[in-house]
Amino acid sequence: MSASIEDIVKQALQELASATDLSQLDQVRVNYLGKKGLFTQQMKELGSLDPEQRRSAGQVINDAKNTFQEALETRKATLESDELAARLAKECIDVTLPGRGQTVSGLHPVTITLRRIAKIFADAGFNIVEGPEIEDDYHNFGALNIPEHHPARAMHDTFYFDAHTVLRTHTSPVQIRVMESEKPPLKIIAPGRVYRCDSDMTHSPMFHQVEGFLVDTDVSFGDLKGVIFEFLRAFFEKEVNVRFRPSYFPFTEPSAEFDVSCVMCDGKGCRVCKQTGWLEVGGCGMIHPEVFKSVGIDNQVYSGFAFGTGVERLAMMKYGINDLRMFFDNDLKFLQQFR
Amino acid sequence: MQVSEAWLRELVNPPVATAELVAQLTMAGLEVDALTPVAAEFSGVVVGEVLSTIQHPNADKLRVCQVNIGQADPLQIVCGASNVRPGLKIPAALIGAVLPGNFKIKESKLRGELSFGMLCSEKELGLAVSSEGLMELPADAPVGIDIRDYLMLNDNVIELGLTPNRADCLSVEGVAREVAVLNNLSFQAPEFAAIEPQHQQTLEVKVEATEACPVYLGRLIKNINPAAVTPLWMQERLRRCGIRSLSPVVDVTNYVLIELGQPLHAFDADKLSAPIVVRRSRVGESMALLNDQTIELDGDALVIADQQQALALAGVMGGKDSAVFGETRDIFLECAFFTPIDVAGKARQFGLHTDSSHRFERGVDFNLQRRAMERATQLIMEIAGGSPGPVQESIVAAALPARAPVKLRSQRITKVLGIQFGDDEVHKLFEGLGMQVQVVENGWEIIPPGFRFDIAIEEDLLEEIGRIYGYNNLPSSNLLMRAELGKAPEAQLSLARLQDCLVDRGYQEAITYSFVDEAMQNAVAPGEEFIRIQNPISSELAVMRTTLWCGLLNAALYNINRQQNRVRLFEAGLRFFYQDGQIQQRKMLSGLALGTVNVEQWGEKSRKLDFFDMKADVEALFGLAGVSADFVAFQHSALHPGQTAQIKNQRGEIIGLLGMLHPTLEKQLGFDSPVYLFELEQDAVLERNVPIFSALSKFPSVRRDMALLVEEAVSAAAITRVIEECRETAIREISIFDIYRGPGVAEGYKSVALALVLQDFAQTLTDTEIDAIFRQVLDTLAAKLNAKLRE
Repeated sequence: MSASIEDIVKQALQELASATDLSQLDQVRVNYLGKKGLFTQQMKELGSLDPEQRRSAGQVINDAKNTFQEALETRKATLESDELAARLAKECIDVTLPGRGQTVSGLHPVTITLRRIAKIFADAGFNIVEGPEIEDDYHNFGALNIPEHHPARAMHDTFYFDAHTVLRTHTSPVQIRVMESEKPPLKIIAPGRVYRCDSDMTHSPMFHQVEGFLVDTDVSFGDLKGVIFEFLRAFFEKEVNVRFRPSYFPFTEPSAEFDVSCVMCDGKGCRVCKQTGWLEVGGCGMIHPEVFKSVGIDNQVYSGFAFGTGVERLAMMKYGINDLRMFFDNDLKFLQQFR
Repeated sequence: MQVSEAWLRELVNPPVATAELVAQLTMAGLEVDALTPVAAEFSGVVVGEVLSTIQHPNADKLRVCQVNIGQADPLQIVCGASNVRPGLKIPAALIGAVLPGNFKIKESKLRGELSFGMLCSEKELGLAVSSEGLMELPADAPVGIDIRDYLMLNDNVIELGLTPNRADCLSVEGVAREVAVLNNLSFQAPEFAAIEPQHQQTLEVKVEATEACPVYLGRLIKNINPAAVTPLWMQERLRRCGIRSLSPVVDVTNYVLIELGQPLHAFDADKLSAPIVVRRSRVGESMALLNDQTIELDGDALVIADQQQALALAGVMGGKDSAVFGETRDIFLECAFFTPIDVAGKARQFGLHTDSSHRFERGVDFNLQRRAMERATQLIMEIAGGSPGPVQESIVAAALPARAPVKLRSQRITKVLGIQFGDDEVHKLFEGLGMQVQVVENGWEIIPPGFRFDIAIEEDLLEEIGRIYGYNNLPSSNLLMRAELGKAPEAQLSLARLQDCLVDRGYQEAITYSFVDEAMQNAVAPGEEFIRIQNPISSELAVMRTTLWCGLLNAALYNINRQQNRVRLFEAGLRFFYQDGQIQQRKMLSGLALGTVNVEQWGEKSRKLDFFDMKADVEALFGLAGVSADFVAFQHSALHPGQTAQIKNQRGEIIGLLGMLHPTLEKQLGFDSPVYLFELEQDAVLERNVPIFSALSKFPSVRRDMALLVEEAVSAAAITRVIEECRETAIREISIFDIYRGPGVAEGYKSVALALVLQDFAQTLTDTEIDAIFRQVLDTLAAKLNAKLRE
């Protein structure tokens, strides 16, 4: 007999302990358990013993093999976890580095503002309608009770294409277009671009308005006040005060302008509101009987209100923008602030 | 409209402070745009009279003056103004006076001479921005009285931004009437006694255009004093209302215009050859106006003419030839009512805007002419003397604006305004506004006065009630929202979804002007029939864009010039063009990108954007709608001839363009790297495919790759189309995963590597079946595209 089984086990355990990686470990396993492995040889040698001895010797070898196997598994688990730990350590990255690929951009502040307005009204059942920007003078003026030579036409600083074709000066023509084609009750919001032949710090030749109107039986001035109140509170997301001043628009009667308590100083008076505590927001009123007449709606049955406001103006109040012209310079440094 | 508060309070003086008065006006619809004190704060300045001046012994430019300030002893004041002289009346600031800017006057010694005050210029009193020398007061200024009292400086200018319907408030009297109603005070317009004629001379007046001039009054005033001077009080009132003093006669007409709202005109009677005719102008007639402008008239203007020529553009401006001047002694005073429709637009037609046209366009009280004539005569006589003749009057009552009664139903007050209004309140409110009230069944009938042109229907009366009652005092209600279910059309995407998609893919939304520079328009879309604005704000904004690219390119340049080297923009909006002579407005969605694909990054090599990067963005938009589009090679003169695709929908309609800006144009516009552009019809991209479920196969799928050799001209789309047209139902997917040119592939050819995914619904495909399909596809490709399998 060659080396004693105890020596083999001792040596095997030593070899297992000194294996530093899984492939060395596997080599050790082959050396002892492989076809030509030491334990395998021992088993083969059993054949030369008598049956009595064979059983007890076999038992010894099996115990030795089990000891080895257990030690092998333990060692394997240790090496595997060391290897994983090493790999994880190696794969460590700087998670503060920026991510790869496309970055998101943003919407124009006018669009953001328009979407909020539309949502506030859409949630209350208003439909959103758009109209053409090149309008005929009938829809832009005549049907809105602004006959030719009316001083209000001069106030509108209109861009003309020919005597009867203009760039719409307000979103009110959408009122006419909707009422021409649909029957009350109507709850409409009409956003869009409008144009005035005027340009300076506070005027842009193009800007955005949003027009809202409601036609139903029994609509009162109080309803108009209520809607404007609710809208401005929803828009500014705070308890603003609102006041209504008598004004004049040919297409509403009674007519009013509405002001909101200055959102910068909460009405205490500041540079933005010129110390008045109020900011002008828009115009409104009860739809004029002449307007109903021009679209064939019976004003003894139906009444309605309409209101309009400048979108840039609302955005300026909301975000504290102080120069109207920035909206159309499209400077990325300006635009990317709104996301 | 500017009014002096003191003048207003002379007519009606409510017990409210200035701030409250101003708030009342604003809240009643007469918006106060500005409130400006007439003079800055100062005190201790009186009217002084220079008694004597002697040269200062130690200073060339100074004089030692003795000044009478109404006390027993004159004051010694040292003064450096060049216009100081004995007999001159000046503002004298006494010891203890505080001038604007908190400048305190103390006893002082100037180069050894004592000075007990300071003689003031207009600038030093804050009355003018600059002035030369001392302020010279009229010789009759009473010595010793406070200058603020003498010049009536404790006053404010109230600037009203009036809406066009409130012409009745274009006068101090009109504003006073409103103030009275708002404060529950009664207001009685002052009566002006008829002036007895002192001679019987008249100029014959013939009103031909009576429909346009229903009232025409004239009066000859003879022998006025040409040397007369407008008194200070009138000059000051006019100045505070924004009108410069010119001469007594002109000042009086302006004064009556501001006081009562009635424009008047004075002719030099010597220059007229009677009869005076009010008529339509004749075509080709021309007239030199007061402002030195010569206008050519058409046949439509209303003029005042004599036998020689047109003398005045009625209600707008007088003519130069017949104007009063420094030596005028005899004047012909005109006071008329021209109907708004006949004056409207006339001033603007000739580029004019006058106080007179402003009022006539909006409506002047047609009952006012007699009063205004008497008032003006009275003031002219007070200031410049003269002997008035009788008032000549031409009134055609039938041509006057109608003042029909307007019915007001009490139930409408409750329904529209939400308040109850009784008989007494209605009477009080409307009568205060100068209207007549008659009780009728269920309400009232109200007749508006001649000065209100904005009361024609019941709603106008409701507005008056709301306005005077206070809009803010009216109840506010919660609208009864009619329950109505919303709509959710599935075949339609929202524009917002597309915008969000582009934002997520790194595009910033821009909003650019709809009008653009003609040169840019022609460069980007040559040959397109664009629409020109008649009255553009500038030549850079003169034509309507036929493509949103004009604005996007400008915006990109703007940013490049501000150190941005990577720009991704999109815009949604209309393009405008002519088609068969008709104006078309079409909703577009357009994008621009230049620079690197991604923002410069540590972990990846930076790569310049190319056609296929932008194509992926466009395909993503179609992907949202679940539809596919065809990209067809295309030529567009603004785009690269080899990198442009026309985009078509499934019906073959052209719905957009995608391409690289032509390198020549790129350079010409000032870009220094390739620019990619797309433009899509919004409606086409918003059209959504409503999905219909198709069953899933239970059998495994098989992928087979093939590399095809084809000529360069064969497009990828052509290959996939041919495969699709084989109608092999088992082919589920076709994808191109490589394009190869180089060794092994002949010049003029390319190798296209395709993957086919095959799957059957009834069985697992066998190799034999797959081979058969493969062979069928290859044969078809060979036959139609001359494609060969690359070995």
